[in-house]
Amino acid sequence: MTQIKETVDIPSFLQKKTGVDVYQCYQCGKCTAGCVLAEDMDYPPSYILRFLQTGLETDYKKVLSSNTIWMCLNCENCIGRCPKEVDIPVLMDFLRQESREKKLVSPKARQIIAFHQSFLDSVKHTGRLYEAGLVADYKLRTKRHLWQDMKLVPKMLKRGKLSFLPEVVKDRKKISDIFNHTIDKKLK
Amino acid sequence: MEIGFYPGCSLKGTSREYNESVLALAKAFGIEIKEIEDWNCCGATAAHSMDRKLSLALPARVLALAEKQGFHEIVVPCASCYNRLAVTQYKLSEDAGLKKDITDSIKMPCSGKVKILNVIQFLDSYIKDKIQKRTVHPFKYDVACYYGCLLVRPHQILQFDRTEDPQSMDELMRMVGANAIEWGYKTECCGAGLSVSRTDLVAKLSGNIVKDAEDRGAKAIIVACPMCHSNLDMRRPQIDEYLREKTTIPVLYITQAIGLAIGLSPEELGLKRHFVETSSIY
Repeated sequence: MTQIKETVDIPSFLQKKTGVDVYQCYQCGKCTAGCVLAEDMDYPPSYILRFLQTGLETDYKKVLSSNTIWMCLNCENCIGRCPKEVDIPVLMDFLRQESREKKLVSPKARQIIAFHQSFLDSVKHTGRLYEAGLVADYKLRTKRHLWQDMKLVPKMLKRGKLSFLPEVVKDRKKISDIFNHTIDKKLK
Repeated sequence: MEIGFYPGCSLKGTSREYNESVLALAKAFGIEIKEIEDWNCCGATAAHSMDRKLSLALPARVLALAEKQGFHEIVVPCASCYNRLAVTQYKLSEDAGLKKDITDSIKMPCSGKVKILNVIQFLDSYIKDKIQKRTVHPFKYDVACYYGCLLVRPHQILQFDRTEDPQSMDELMRMVGANAIEWGYKTECCGAGLSVSRTDLVAKLSGNIVKDAEDRGAKAIIVACPMCHSNLDMRRPQIDEYLREKTTIPVLYITQAIGLAIGLSPEELGLKRHFVETSSIY
């Protein structure tokens, strides 16, 4: 009996949260054919849609713990070519948040998430992205490929592409309020 | 009337030459543009990957500031910022509850009436009709116009050009004397925000783009997005390593190519700031 309940629940839960009706997908595979990273993903986009359609908890967990949802570049090629205009990018945004909330993040996606976190920390503190700070913070978080981008530093300085100091928004209180009302509210 | 200008973070840092060339063109054509005061980051990929409300609130504050400062129209040269701002405006106009929620979090009204122009729409509206008359050094090269993702998609919201074979940049480049070639990667993704965290994937995706443009004889790739530019230009060593060949095709912002055609100097247009040598085209 539980299985029947689940079958109904996950797709309608997704529709309620994102407005996307996963049953619209008839598995033509155009999204996967056009996805530039399909071959690097645990499951390509059309598989993700199929997993969401079954409504099974185990399939939903597969989706939330896949690297696919983090690899997705939101290039929007899939929805551009979908004959039913299933908004996969909107689903992906939602699934990423679900995956963090349910603590099912794929270990393969750690670097990508660390980058997003460094990015948002920079914006939270200054209101604008400070690229030099972002890269330094990210490297410290992940300790990966430390030298690859460090080699770029002198070349970027020479070309005037790197500032020594961040640009700062005057109304920083407003920026921290925005963070407190949105992303940080959930984490508290 | 003055047009508001939202440069975004890239144009103040790694893509300084895009900023310089947009402003140089505006000056050359006598268009008044003024930076929106106290603007903040749009949140880019990081915000919408991590938190939906944050990804709408950050652009909403920019739109609200533009309104408060009396701008009816703003130009947003970065394709990623343009996309975030346009999507936010659309989502808030669709859903009154969401709009209230977001304007509450930014504590500012946001009517959503500001017209948002990407760089091509800006050039089309203010420069296109004068461009041929002003061209003194025709840009006589075969060029591959690379639109990427965020200028043309999602079409349902942006309603700008065709998603598969867009033409707006090709048309502008033809007007300054270039031959815009047919090629296969006009709107394929360069890898965008994975540039730092998954450089290996960016090398592959951007490598395919550079290779196709070069193989088809283009002398330059023309772009309108700072992320496309950094991936195709600054990541060239990784691209060449992936392709196992040395590629030399330079990557120019469309504003730089038009600037050269109307007689502006490579220095004014920031062409010396690139990683891949650009002197083959001037």
